[in-house]
Amino acid sequence: MSNQLVMYEEELAQISNICDVLQRDSNAKAVLVIDKNGQAIAQSGEVEQLDVTSLSSLTAGNVAATGGIAQLLAEKEFAGQFHEGEKTNVHISIVGARVILLVLFDERSSLGLVRLRVRKAAVELTHVLEVLVKKSESGNQPSVFAEITDDDIDNLFND
Amino acid sequence: MSFINYSSREINCKIVYYGPGLCGKTTNLQYIYNKTNPEAKGKMISLATETDRTLFFDFLPLSLGEIRGFKTRFHLYTVPGQVFYDASRKLILKGVDGVVFVGDSQLERMEANIESLDNLRTNLQEQGYDLDKLPYVVQFNKRDLPNSAPMEELLEVLNPTKVPHYEAVATKGVGVFDTLKAVAKLVLTELRKAG
Repeated sequence: MSNQLVMYEEELAQISNICDVLQRDSNAKAVLVIDKNGQAIAQSGEVEQLDVTSLSSLTAGNVAATGGIAQLLAEKEFAGQFHEGEKTNVHISIVGARVILLVLFDERSSLGLVRLRVRKAAVELTHVLEVLVKKSESGNQPSVFAEITDDDIDNLFND
Repeated sequence: MSFINYSSREINCKIVYYGPGLCGKTTNLQYIYNKTNPEAKGKMISLATETDRTLFFDFLPLSLGEIRGFKTRFHLYTVPGQVFYDASRKLILKGVDGVVFVGDSQLERMEANIESLDNLRTNLQEQGYDLDKLPYVVQFNKRDLPNSAPMEELLEVLNPTKVPHYEAVATKGVGVFDTLKAVAKLVLTELRKAG
């Protein structure tokens, strides 16, 4: 199975830190980093009230659909999206062609500020992702999965 | 593409239910949703038209328990079955870890089944996948209908590679969990090989 995304403690801490800084500096309600396939990777801010799993899946679907439109129009991709709500606004951007950065913000912030801070965070995030990809491809990291037995798998399904 | 998070000790995998329009893909997910403990599932999302036909996808996050201290989470997706939603189907196949092909057993849906299966193979190829190398099972749904085709015929046409197959009546739940378990097992087994 190629293209497996593996997340390690060190990189996750760095990504979470980037989220925290972005959320604080942009006065955002919440910041989420989502894998392009819809898996939530990291989040920061007021996320207790959010259904992060659903939000991640729908955002990834949205980005995939927008990417499909870009292809039809012979564009490489639309790097950013903005949805304006009555109370909450959504800023979506693709980072390093691999992950989605989602920023939820309200009247405490502005689109200009969010854009500015996202740009800075995206550079840092790209760097961490590059390191992560190299690390996972090097295959030097220990894997627990090689040790999984048929019984382990069967036990999951014993009702 | 499975997502393994060593930090939160989670394995996330994506399973896609594929098949012709009205074959019962959404019904499979609805049954799983209705019969799963609240703590093991997230919200089921259906992006559907006003007439309840799937427009983009259905999504159901499911936790199956732990393996060696890792929580296993499966994200179940369906594709829109209607022919003209092909662009959407391609998008949903991105990053897939396992596929369920839901065939409609009714004789008059044979053509639609064949077309959908060909479409699955083609769309996977476009994404760089080979159906024969992916965790893949076939479900023959609507076995209770009087106009359903004989199993031998269905198997010959829709399961030439002889992957695991299940007879189902998704509205009543028959075969639904068998199908899910089978594909989930294959996905985890594949993960072990990659590990």
